Amino acid sequence: MSARGRFFVRGLMANQARWRKGLFGTWLNSVVTIATVVLLAAIVPPFVRWAVLDATWVGTAADCKAGTGACWAFIGAKLNFILYAFYPPPLHWRPVLVTLMLGGLLLLTAHPRAWRAATLLLWVLVPIASWLLLAGTVVGPTVPSNQWGGIPITLLVAMVCFSLAIPIAILLALARQSSMGGLRTLAIVFIEVMRGTPMVAILYVAMLILPMMIPGGQLIDKLGRAMILITLFWSAYVAEVVRAGLQAIPAGQYEAARALGLGYWRIMRFVVLPQALRLVIPALVNLAIGFLLATSLLATIGVFDLLNAAKTAAIDPNWLGFYDEAYLVAASIYFAICVIGSRYSLWLEQRLRQPR
Amino acid sequence: MTIKSRRHSATSTTLLRVTTGALLALALVAAPAATQAGEDLDAIVARGVIKVGVGSQPGFFAPDENGVWKGFFIDFGRALAVTVFNDPEKVEFTSSSPQQRLPALQAGEFDILLSGVTQTISRSFQLGFHFGPTIFYDGQGLLVRKDIGVTSGADLDGATIGVQSGTTGELNIADFFRKNGKTFTPVTIEDTNEFLAALESGRVDAITQDASDLGIKQTQLANPEDYILLPERLSKEPLAPAIRHGDDRWLEIVNWTVWATIEAEELGITQANVDDFLTSEDPLVQRFLGTDTALGEAIGLDPKFAYNIIKAVGNYGEIFERNVGKDSIFKWDRGFNSLWTDGGLLYAPAWR
Repeated sequence: MSARGRFFVRGLMANQARWRKGLFGTWLNSVVTIATVVLLAAIVPPFVRWAVLDATWVGTAADCKAGTGACWAFIGAKLNFILYAFYPPPLHWRPVLVTLMLGGLLLLTAHPRAWRAATLLLWVLVPIASWLLLAGTVVGPTVPSNQWGGIPITLLVAMVCFSLAIPIAILLALARQSSMGGLRTLAIVFIEVMRGTPMVAILYVAMLILPMMIPGGQLIDKLGRAMILITLFWSAYVAEVVRAGLQAIPAGQYEAARALGLGYWRIMRFVVLPQALRLVIPALVNLAIGFLLATSLLATIGVFDLLNAAKTAAIDPNWLGFYDEAYLVAASIYFAICVIGSRYSLWLEQRLRQPR
Repeated sequence: MTIKSRRHSATSTTLLRVTTGALLALALVAAPAATQAGEDLDAIVARGVIKVGVGSQPGFFAPDENGVWKGFFIDFGRALAVTVFNDPEKVEFTSSSPQQRLPALQAGEFDILLSGVTQTISRSFQLGFHFGPTIFYDGQGLLVRKDIGVTSGADLDGATIGVQSGTTGELNIADFFRKNGKTFTPVTIEDTNEFLAALESGRVDAITQDASDLGIKQTQLANPEDYILLPERLSKEPLAPAIRHGDDRWLEIVNWTVWATIEAEELGITQANVDDFLTSEDPLVQRFLGTDTALGEAIGLDPKFAYNIIKAVGNYGEIFERNVGKDSIFKWDRGFNSLWTDGGLLYAPAWR
């Protein structure tokens, strides 16, 4: 056996020992392991039979009704609707491009090496370009925003609102710590009111009350109104996270900076914020994942995000009642995004913890 | 001055500013609200598209594979677009949930609700809505297993019936049995999807919900032909288009658009044969289709608006059969939704 092969086997055996210890090391571990295996044995075979063996892969709703398994033919016929909702099919390249642009921007930003001013500029340009592309403002035909939907809307709302919420949140967090009483009170009231309100209520305000409050409020479309209020809503949560970062900076640093003759804004910009924000990045990533999932609440005001589009796909009389398949597809997409997000968050946390 | 008192004065200055700002905002709100009334139709024409609030229910309103809205109520929305713009595409459907569709209409988010709103007296008076003609007469029904040998609700003595908890349906069914002097055992079911399982497993002999919901549920049963939707209706659920108070002409357009589809069916005019009727000698047909233009000119509509509607979406019967009737997977009977001449409730006023 080659040296390399021996090494591999030894590694495997060491792993084996670790596994045995983990699974059956103690009395409690054994019980948990056996219970899990029994549970999986009860769930997995019927699921595999439903999802794979008995499934109908091509055909019509009638073929699916005749079978007993999952109806993947339904997903085949409806995938475009689930992903892009009411966007006109001949123009589907637009939501595809927007999804790629937004996804690409996320991937690019993921690496700390990309954290520079140029990336910040991209975060301004890409969402604007996405919006213009979806609307067809520059190159026609125009598509009204009530026809947008599916995955691009989920990404666009989550990314635009979260990225706009961060600068607002930093100002709010600073205001909350400010020595100016009026400013501090306003910040506290705003943050606490927003955090004390459910997001659904905020969306109802955007849909129903905002148009009556602002003259010409009807002119800003529903999606735009919702995004403005979601941004403000999220900024309150982000502000509290940023405040935690600010409070973690020792007072000695403020004093030292002041002793060097720096003014308030320069202290914040060059001394406090760079450290405070770095501290709270993992917490922000967690918050972002939660917010991404929260975008499914947009369904309550009739915006066709990914989840709503999936649900609606199954009420077409031609494909009536395949809710399980529709929800499974939507759940897989959300799950994939969130698993990537949470693994990334762990990786980032470790990387940032390394001494610099 | 101590630090504390300086802070205090800063707070009161801010409060003053906030109050002034709020008052200013209120003043700005009040002004346009007063002039907006009565101009719904003007707004529609200026915008070039009708904003319609719909629900999401198979057969009534559901998007197809290409994201195009299809359904019974959708076709009436297209008919409206034909009356106003002579173009069935100039209409924008937005799905909204039952909880928010009425406030959304009040807030001006929609020009009209075609979402299967039940016309009730409190909605007319308290919420300030006008209702167009009822386009679907719904009502609470009973879906029964055939093997218990029952053909009318009065025979259901001692039956076990599945009802949705916390709905008016629960009260209606109790009233119904008390009125008939019969007894029943209610089984309250929380989740609407559980109804089918309870019926198929024989846990209940019958389930009760709105007849349209039951009609959809029946198609999803393993053997739909083993069940029967009884003819009784335990409640009145007239589903009608709803608009805000304040624009009478818009209301009349809604009314006569619906009536045009009903009148066409009564006259035997269909999407396929409408052109043959253009040469008709019947003065009523001539007024209806606008070959005699005097009526249309007098009322200020396109004299051929009814012709255009029938050409674009068909008459009431065609709309019904295509979406929920015998040409659909639901195979609903017309029931109350038949012409008055066939014993139903559909009746269009006079075309003169």
